[in-house]
Amino acid sequence: MEPAEIISHTGGVIGAGWLLIALPLLGAAVLLLGGRRTDKWGHFLGVALAVASFVVAVLAFVQLLGFAPGERRRGVALYEFIPGVANMGLLIDPLSISFALLITGVGSLIHIYSIGYMSHDTDRRRFFGYLNLFVAAMLLLVLADNYVALFIGWEGVGLASYLLIGFWQYKPSAATAAKKAFVVNRVGDFGLLIAIFIMFSTFGSVAFADVFPKAGGASAGTLTAIGLLLLLGACGKSAQLPLQSWLLDAMEGPTPVSALIHAATMVTAGVYLVVRSGAAFFPADSTASLVVTIVGVATLLAGAIIGTAKDDIKKALAGSTMSQIGYMMLAAGLGVAGYAFAIAHLITHGFFKANLFLGAGSVMHGMNDEVDMRKYGGLRSLMPITFVTFLIGYLAIIGFPLLSGYFTKDGIIETAMEHSAILGWLAVIGAGITGFYMSRLVFMTFFGERRWAADAHPHESPSVMTWPLIVLSIGSIGLGGYLILSNRLMVFLGPAVGQPEELPAFHFFSPVGLATLALVALGAAYAWLKYGRAEVPAVAPRGSFLTTFARRDLYGDALNEALFMRPGQWLTRLAVFFDNRGIDGVVNGLAAGIGGTSGRLRRIQTGYVRSYALSIFIGAAVLAGAWFVVGTL
Amino acid sequence: MITAPKIEYLQLAPLLLVFGAAVLGVLVEAFTPRYLRRAIQIPVTLLSLAGAFALTIVQTLKGVPTEPSAMGAVAVDGPTLFIWGTILVLAFVCVLLVNDEEHFVAAASAVPGSAEEERAFIEGNVHTEVYPLALFAIGGMLLFPASNDLLIMFVALEVMSLPLYLLCGLARRRRLLSQEAAVKYFLLGAFSSAFFLYGTALLYGFAGSVDLAKIAAALGSVAGQNGLLYLGAALVGVGLLFKIGAAPFQAWKPDVYQGAPTPVTALMAAGTLVAAFGAVLRVFWVALGNLIWSWEPVMWAVAILTMVVGAILAITQTDIKRMLAYSSVAHAGFLLVGVIAIGDAKQNSLALGAILFYLAVYGVTTIGAFAVVTMVRDPGGEAWHLSRWAGLGKRSPKLAGLFAFFLLAFAGIPLTSGFFGKYAVFQAAVADHATPLVVVGVISSAIAAFFYVRVIVLMFFSDPAADGPTVVVPSWGTAAVVGFSALATVVLGVFPQPVLDLAKSAAGSLFVG
Repeated sequence: MEPAEIISHTGGVIGAGWLLIALPLLGAAVLLLGGRRTDKWGHFLGVALAVASFVVAVLAFVQLLGFAPGERRRGVALYEFIPGVANMGLLIDPLSISFALLITGVGSLIHIYSIGYMSHDTDRRRFFGYLNLFVAAMLLLVLADNYVALFIGWEGVGLASYLLIGFWQYKPSAATAAKKAFVVNRVGDFGLLIAIFIMFSTFGSVAFADVFPKAGGASAGTLTAIGLLLLLGACGKSAQLPLQSWLLDAMEGPTPVSALIHAATMVTAGVYLVVRSGAAFFPADSTASLVVTIVGVATLLAGAIIGTAKDDIKKALAGSTMSQIGYMMLAAGLGVAGYAFAIAHLITHGFFKANLFLGAGSVMHGMNDEVDMRKYGGLRSLMPITFVTFLIGYLAIIGFPLLSGYFTKDGIIETAMEHSAILGWLAVIGAGITGFYMSRLVFMTFFGERRWAADAHPHESPSVMTWPLIVLSIGSIGLGGYLILSNRLMVFLGPAVGQPEELPAFHFFSPVGLATLALVALGAAYAWLKYGRAEVPAVAPRGSFLTTFARRDLYGDALNEALFMRPGQWLTRLAVFFDNRGIDGVVNGLAAGIGGTSGRLRRIQTGYVRSYALSIFIGAAVLAGAWFVVGTL
Repeated sequence: MITAPKIEYLQLAPLLLVFGAAVLGVLVEAFTPRYLRRAIQIPVTLLSLAGAFALTIVQTLKGVPTEPSAMGAVAVDGPTLFIWGTILVLAFVCVLLVNDEEHFVAAASAVPGSAEEERAFIEGNVHTEVYPLALFAIGGMLLFPASNDLLIMFVALEVMSLPLYLLCGLARRRRLLSQEAAVKYFLLGAFSSAFFLYGTALLYGFAGSVDLAKIAAALGSVAGQNGLLYLGAALVGVGLLFKIGAAPFQAWKPDVYQGAPTPVTALMAAGTLVAAFGAVLRVFWVALGNLIWSWEPVMWAVAILTMVVGAILAITQTDIKRMLAYSSVAHAGFLLVGVIAIGDAKQNSLALGAILFYLAVYGVTTIGAFAVVTMVRDPGGEAWHLSRWAGLGKRSPKLAGLFAFFLLAFAGIPLTSGFFGKYAVFQAAVADHATPLVVVGVISSAIAAFFYVRVIVLMFFSDPAADGPTVVVPSWGTAAVVGFSALATVVLGVFPQPVLDLAKSAAGSLFVG
C-alpha cells in the first residue's frame, strides 16, 4: 500500500499543532533570556511546558485517531513566506505523531528526573533552558512538512546537543567532546544540505507534498545521489559508521542528556529521515537502500563490539545505543516491510535505553559520580528500585521473551532474514554480543564484590528520580508486544509510510528466534563466567588484541585522524594558500577597484552648485538626445 | 457664461483637509501669542494628518472612483489612494520627529546652547512655522502623484518643494551647512522645475493638451511632431528624475540630506520619494505608456547608472547622513527597475504593486534610521562622522541593534521588509524579461550590503572611543517613531502578504488613458 495523500487541515488540536513546538520554545526563551531571576522556579517551568507539550501531543493523537486511516495525513499550513516557493507548515501524520509522543513523553519524564539529578548544580536553570530548546527543535524536526524546516530543527537539535554535551564546559574533556560532536555532525549536515539543494533544483520545491510525488520522474542517478546524501546526514546525527566517533565522547554531558538526546530521541533523527524519505529516495532494491542496510549492519556489530570492552558504564551504554540504532537503520533500509519494525524498535528502545541511562545516572548519583564499573559491584541491595528497573531495561534490550525488545528486535531480524540471509545472521550475531555486554554491565554493577572507592556511600535516589524509572520500565515491559502483536503499529503507520501487501504474522519461538535466544543466552552465560562468578580486577587487564581493538573504539578515532583530519589539514593549508594568493587577490582587487572608483567619482561631487547644475544640464541633454535617437531609429 | 467646475469634494477631502490645516496654521502664526502657538500647531498638524488618513480609508472602503475628479485634473485611483495612505502615515511619523525642538533653530541669530537660545526656548520664541510649512509640503506630496495633468503636477511640485527649501535651512546646529543646503536645493530645484515646465510646454505643443490621457491619445493620432514629443517627454522626465534623485541628477541629494535638520531629511527621504515615484508612474505609464519602446532603453541606462552610482559612491562616505543619502539614490535605482517593468495589464499590476509596496516599506525603514541618527549626539550636535559610531553597540546595544536592523532591511536581508520590497520589484522585472537589469540590481545590492554591514561591524566590533557620542534619552515622539518603524519593518518582513495584496489590488485600478 502506498502512503496516503496529505489533506490540508485547520482547526482542532491538530490545527494548533504549532503549540507543540511553541511551548517548549517559550520555556527556552524565558529560561535563557530571563537570567538569574528565573533561577528559583525555572526548572518547574521547564517541566511544566514539556508536560504541556506532551498533553497537546496526546490530544492531537486522539484527534488523529478520529479520522479514517486513509485520511490521517494532515498538513497544517502555518506561514507563507514566499507563495509557492518557501512556506512553512506541519505534517501531522501517524509517523510524526509517534515521534512527537515519544519525544514529549520520554522527554517529560527525563525533565522530571533532572530536577533531582541536577539539584546540586548551580546552573540548573540553564540546563532546563537547553533541554526545552532541544525538545522544541526535535519537534520541529519531526513535524515539519518540508526539508528546510526539518533542517532548521536538525541544526537546532545539533546546537542543543552541543550546548548540553559541553554543559560542564569547565571540564576540558566536556568542551572537547562538545566540539567533536559538532564538527562530526557538520559533515553529515553538509550531506543533508546538498541533498536539499539537489531536491530544490530538480523538483523546484522542498515540501514533502511536492517532492515525494515528483521523485519518480527524476533520473535514477539523481535519486541515488539524494538518497546517499540523506544517508550521510542520517549517519552523522545517528552516529552510524563512518560518522560514529562522536557519540561515545558525548557521554561527557550530564546523564539525563545522554538519556534524552544521545539515546532516546535525537540520535534516532537519522532513522526518521530515512523512513520519512523512504518511499521517494530509498525504494526497495535500490543502491541507496542497499547502502543503508550495510551501514546498519556494520554499525550494529561495531557498536556491540565497542560495548563489550568499555568499563565506563555510560560509554558501554553508548556503544549499545549505536548498535541498537544500527538495527533500526537496517530495518529502515529493508523498505516498506521494515519501516514499522524500525519505528517500533525506535520507540521501545527510547523507553528501555532511557530507562537504562537514567538507572546508570541513579547509580552514579549515589556513587559520587563514579562511572567506572570496576569500582561498582554488589549495589543491588542498596538501590533496590534502581536495580529492579534497570534489570527490566536490561532484559528488554537483550530480547528476553515477551519483553519489549524481544518483539521489536525479533521483527527486524526476521525481516532481514527474508531479505538476505547474510544480513539476518549478522543481526543475530549482534544480538548475541548484546547479550554478553549487557550482562557484563549488570553483573559488574549490581552483583559480585563491593569494589567501591573509600569515600563512596551508595544510596537509593530520591523519588523524583525513581518514579520516572518506574514509568519507563513499564514501557520496557509491555510496549513492544502491544505495538507488534496484530501489527498494530504497522497498520497505524501504513498511511504515512506505506505497508506491505501481506501483513507479517508474528511467530513466537520461530527457528530464527530460537537461534537468537540461544546466542543471547550463550553471551549472558559467558558474561556470568567472566564477571559474575569470577572476581573483577580493579584495573582492566591488558587483554588480547581484540580487546584493545574494541577499547579503542575499533580505531575509529585513529582512522578519522589518518583518513580525514591529516589530509584535511593539508587540504586546509592548500586552500588557505590559494585563498590568500588567488581568491583574496581577486576579491581585494575588486574591492580596491570599487573603492577607487568611488573615490574618483566622489571628486565630481564638488559641492559647487554650478557644477551640479552643469551635470544636470549635460544629463538632460544626453537623455533627450538618446531618447530622440532611439525614437527616430 | 462660465459654468462652475464640478468638484468631487469627498474624493479630494484628504487633500483639502491637509491644505486647510496648513492655512489654519498660518493664521495661528499670525494671530495667536507666541507661547500658545506650539500647543495649537502640534494637535492641528497631527489631527489633520490622522483625519486625512481616515478619509483616505473611508474613500477606499467606499470604492475606488472610476473617473478622474475635479474636471479631470486629479486622479483619485487605487495607486493614488495607496500612496496617500503611505504618505500620510509617513508624514504623521515625521511630524512626531519634527516635534522635538532639539532639531530646529529657535531664533535666527541664537547660537546653539547660548543663553539667548535658552531664553528663546523658554519664551516659546521658536519657529513654529515648521508645522504649517510641513503641512504645505505634505499637501503637495499628496497632490503630486494624483495629478492627472501636467500643469497641476507642476503646481503640486512647487507646493511640495518650496516649503521644503525653507525647512532645509532651519537646522539648529551646523547652521551654515544647513543654509547652504537650503540654497543649493532651491537653486537646483528651480533649475529642474524649469526643465519640467518647458517639457510641459513642448508636450502641449505636441498634443494640444496637458491632460495625461489626452497626451496618451495623441501618441496614436498626431504624426510628424516627434521632435516636440521626444524633447518634451525627456524634459518632463528630467524634472521628475531630479526629484527622485536618479543619476545623473542625484548630486543635490547628499548635500541637502546632510545639511537639512534630520527630521526634514526623513520627510524628504520618505515622503518626497514616494510622491515623486507616484508622479513618475503617472507620466511614464499613463501619458507615455505607449511610447515605452522609445524610453525603455533610456530608462534602462538611467536605472543602471542610478543603482551603480548610488551603491559605489556610498562606500567612501564618512558622514552617516550622506551615506544614507546615497543609499536612497541606490534604492531609487531599484525602484526604477520596477518602473521599466511595464507590460500588459497583469504585468502592470505586478510591477505597480511591487513599487507601491517597496515605497511603503522603504519609507518606514528610512524614517526609523534617521530617527536613530537624531539620537546619537556629540557635544556639537548629531554625531555625523561615521568613526564616532564605533563601538556604539557596546555602549547602547538596543539602539545600535535597532539601527543595525534598519540597515539590514536596507540591504534586503530576508525576514525584513526590505527583502520583500526588492524581491517583488525584481520578480516583476524578471517577468518582463529585464533580467540583465535585475543582475545589475543584485550586484549593486551586494555592493550596498558592504557599506551597510560596515557600519554594523563598526558599531559592534570596534572599541568605543573614550569621548564617544552620547545617546540621548529620546522624547516620546522619537521613541514612538523608532518603535513604529522597527515594528513595521519586522511585521512587513514576516507577514508581508496583506500589504502586498493591498498594493496589488490598488495597482489594478490605475487610470490609464
